[in-house]
Amino acid sequence: MSKRIDVKDLNVYYGSFLAVEGVNINIEAKSVTAFIGPSGCGKSTFLRTLNRMHEVLPGARVEGEVLLDGDNLYGPGVDPVSVRTQVGMVFQRPNPFPTMSIRDNVLAGVKLNNKRISKGAADALVEKSLRGANLWNEVKDRLEKPGSGLSGGQQQRLCIARAIAVEPQVILMDEPCSALDPISTLAVEDLINELKDEYTVVIVTHNMQQAARVSDKTAFFNIAGTGKPGKLIEFADTTTIFNNPSQKATEDYVSGRFG
Amino acid sequence: MTVTAPVARKRSALTKGQLPAFAPYVVLAVALVLGAAILALIGFNAFGWGLVSAILFAIGLVGWSAAVEGGRKASDKLATCLIVGSFLVALLPLISVIWTVLVNGIPGIITPGFLTTSMNGVTGSLDNKSVDEGTKVLGGIYHALLGTVQITLLATVISVPVGLLTAIYLVEYGNDRALARAITFFVDVMTGIPSIVAGLFSAAFFFAVVGPGTKTGAVAAVALSVLMIPVVVRSSEEMLKIVPNELREAAYALGVRKWRTILKVVIPTAISGIASGVTLAIARVIGETAPILVTAGFATTINNNVFGGWMASLPTFIYTQILNPTSPSNPDPSSQRAWGAALVLIILVMLLNLGARLIARIFAPKAGR
Amino acid sequence: MTTNSLTTSQGAGRAGDKVFSGATLAAGCLILAVLFGVALFLVIQAIPALVAPPADIQGGHGFFAYIGPIVVGTLIAAVIAIVIATPVAIGVALFISHYAPRKLASGLGYVVDLLAAIPSVVYGAWGAAFLAPQISPAYGWLASNMGWLPIFQGPASATGKTILTASIVLSVMVLPIITSLSREIFLQTPKLHEEAALALGATRWEMIKMAVLPFGRPGIVSAIMLGLGRALGETMAVALVLSSGVLTASLIQTGNQTIAAEIALNFPEASGLKVSTLIAAGLVLFVITLGVNMIARWIISRHKEFSGAN
Repeated sequence: MSKRIDVKDLNVYYGSFLAVEGVNINIEAKSVTAFIGPSGCGKSTFLRTLNRMHEVLPGARVEGEVLLDGDNLYGPGVDPVSVRTQVGMVFQRPNPFPTMSIRDNVLAGVKLNNKRISKGAADALVEKSLRGANLWNEVKDRLEKPGSGLSGGQQQRLCIARAIAVEPQVILMDEPCSALDPISTLAVEDLINELKDEYTVVIVTHNMQQAARVSDKTAFFNIAGTGKPGKLIEFADTTTIFNNPSQKATEDYVSGRFG
Repeated sequence: MTVTAPVARKRSALTKGQLPAFAPYVVLAVALVLGAAILALIGFNAFGWGLVSAILFAIGLVGWSAAVEGGRKASDKLATCLIVGSFLVALLPLISVIWTVLVNGIPGIITPGFLTTSMNGVTGSLDNKSVDEGTKVLGGIYHALLGTVQITLLATVISVPVGLLTAIYLVEYGNDRALARAITFFVDVMTGIPSIVAGLFSAAFFFAVVGPGTKTGAVAAVALSVLMIPVVVRSSEEMLKIVPNELREAAYALGVRKWRTILKVVIPTAISGIASGVTLAIARVIGETAPILVTAGFATTINNNVFGGWMASLPTFIYTQILNPTSPSNPDPSSQRAWGAALVLIILVMLLNLGARLIARIFAPKAGR
Repeated sequence: MTTNSLTTSQGAGRAGDKVFSGATLAAGCLILAVLFGVALFLVIQAIPALVAPPADIQGGHGFFAYIGPIVVGTLIAAVIAIVIATPVAIGVALFISHYAPRKLASGLGYVVDLLAAIPSVVYGAWGAAFLAPQISPAYGWLASNMGWLPIFQGPASATGKTILTASIVLSVMVLPIITSLSREIFLQTPKLHEEAALALGATRWEMIKMAVLPFGRPGIVSAIMLGLGRALGETMAVALVLSSGVLTASLIQTGNQTIAAEIALNFPEASGLKVSTLIAAGLVLFVITLGVNMIARWIISRHKEFSGAN
């Protein structure tokens, strides 16, 4: 239950502004890929194009192809909604639905789409998803309480549970730990390591140690200057990126000389 | 060996040249006494005493300050007096209106049958009789209460879907397009339409479409809708705007369609604010008189059909009872009924305002922390 | 030929999106249509009065001779109301935003909002039954002491039901509008400007003069314009309080009339050409208030653009 992603010559525009230019990348199934780079280099923008979430922002559009196991996300007649059911996303700030209980938050993807689901199947799905997100033991006694009552780290794992409850092929994470304390961060990083057994995980992070800890492969994005488009500089095994990068800019960045 | 003792001073250098803290109280006491003395000379009344004392207080305090502290501090004191004074002045009509309505309205609403009977069959001679013989004032506001409820309800049923959908368009689909900006601008303009013009529009519309002289509760409801829709749009728009974008993105990322996201995530999150805005909009139109006056006519009997026949309402009931008393020679019974109806109307409006605040508090998304 | 697995989605959901966004768009357009309809139907129903022979219109000299004096009366009443209400409203707004203790401020704001919640017919009844008799001795004093001014020319009305009383009631009704808008603007004053003024040793009033009022000026102007729009169109305060009559300069005699009150008093019993005449009068009122409100909104929107950076 996971698919690979192949990106060919992708350009991302905001209106007439070219934000990300010429990205080619092949992301393996059942792996963790980290995107690193300085602020404003387009890594989050690029991540959003992998499930067409950039279309929520006014004026954003792309050129090029994103293939999910060979199917082009931007092919004619493709519905962004069905793309997103296959490619889930977890955001920077935990965002459980404030009007829903923990249980309903996990079932949100199913219920909001008005799919019929029996109570038994729903209970099983809630338990499976929460166990998958390492949250079951902490919340199993208060499933009917509002999700906003959890701690930040728990909320973020609830959001991950919510994302895996729709059984996606790929999970995108946009700086999932940047709003969390170190202990919650550790819990989420452990979870990412487990998730790759079943899903293709792509994570944007500001934290190079985190990229080194959790990812199999790392992509380094950089920007030549303000107003210039972001580019993919180097994409290789994480150990290579951090120990023996081929590009000068990558080396400067991972050794902390800028960024 | 000399010990430098701390300088013993009565006042800190930082408070030198200032009026002592008790100065305003002293001036106030003097002003009150002087005011009472002046009023005693020209005939005492509480309002005049308050006014004269306030003026004396301002003059006294500012004058003293000017002498001790200088011009800048004095003008600051003067400004404070004027600003606090203007707040007190603004309270005067509020207190006076509420007091007048209470004093005049209570005899009306404690009359048995006032809330449960209509004006059907109540004539000038009956009023004359009740004045001459001191019997209880007949007639009540049941028909008007019923009319107000029906007209307002219909107006709400029209306004809320239109207003809410427009707000959704502006926030979720508008994207600052020219059309969205035009709608925003004209909604703002619409809030400024005089209520009587809204009434005339509805009347003119029904005169043209249904036939001259069409006056029913529904015509009034349309007129009220014209006044209510912009209020609903504005308040709903504000409430939808403060729903965090992250919630929308979370739903989209789960593969939820936009319309389901709006209906199942955005609106439930904002519902307390929307409901309280709608309640305030109802409170605003329930007291409107002019549009009903020109659209629903005057009825003295119970009418349960908003789509046929003239219909009474509380505001128009008050208006006609004051302007055209049932018995022109003895207007007191009519005036008693009018004040009773005014009290009921104010209570209704205040309850709606209170209800709006309660709704906003109770149904707000629980933080649960 | 490979089929894209992503295109096989449920079509019903897509239709739902179209229907829903279409419904919201329709609602938005309906509002524009209503506003357009207000103008259109008023014009249609008003035309008979505009084209009728002058002798048939009330007064016998045509529509414009009929409407002229009451337009002037409307303006007089509204302008006096604004002149009375503005200083008090700005004072109240400053009191709530900068003088009252923080904890009390929102409660006091609610008290002022209560003024807006009281129905207009109750204000009218209060003005006629309480204010007019209370104030008529003051009119007597004005007539005997300041009667040389045309606006205070005697003999003063014994009942107090004059245009000045109506204007005072109107001023009470527009007070909460001007107050709440000015209050919002004052609260938006950049804290840095206020603190800069205080750090220079300014007193509170000097700080308000230096930082708050200059920042709030466009907002105050538009608040006044919106209050003016409300005062122009307010019906009940005038219909119940004023003993109407021909246009007179004196504010303390009976006389004068406003458009809104003229319509309210005559429309219920009107028929035929009289209906058209009154609707035409309503059209005139609509145009005047529309103009005033559009100017106010224009000032606000212009102001928003250059304060957006804060």
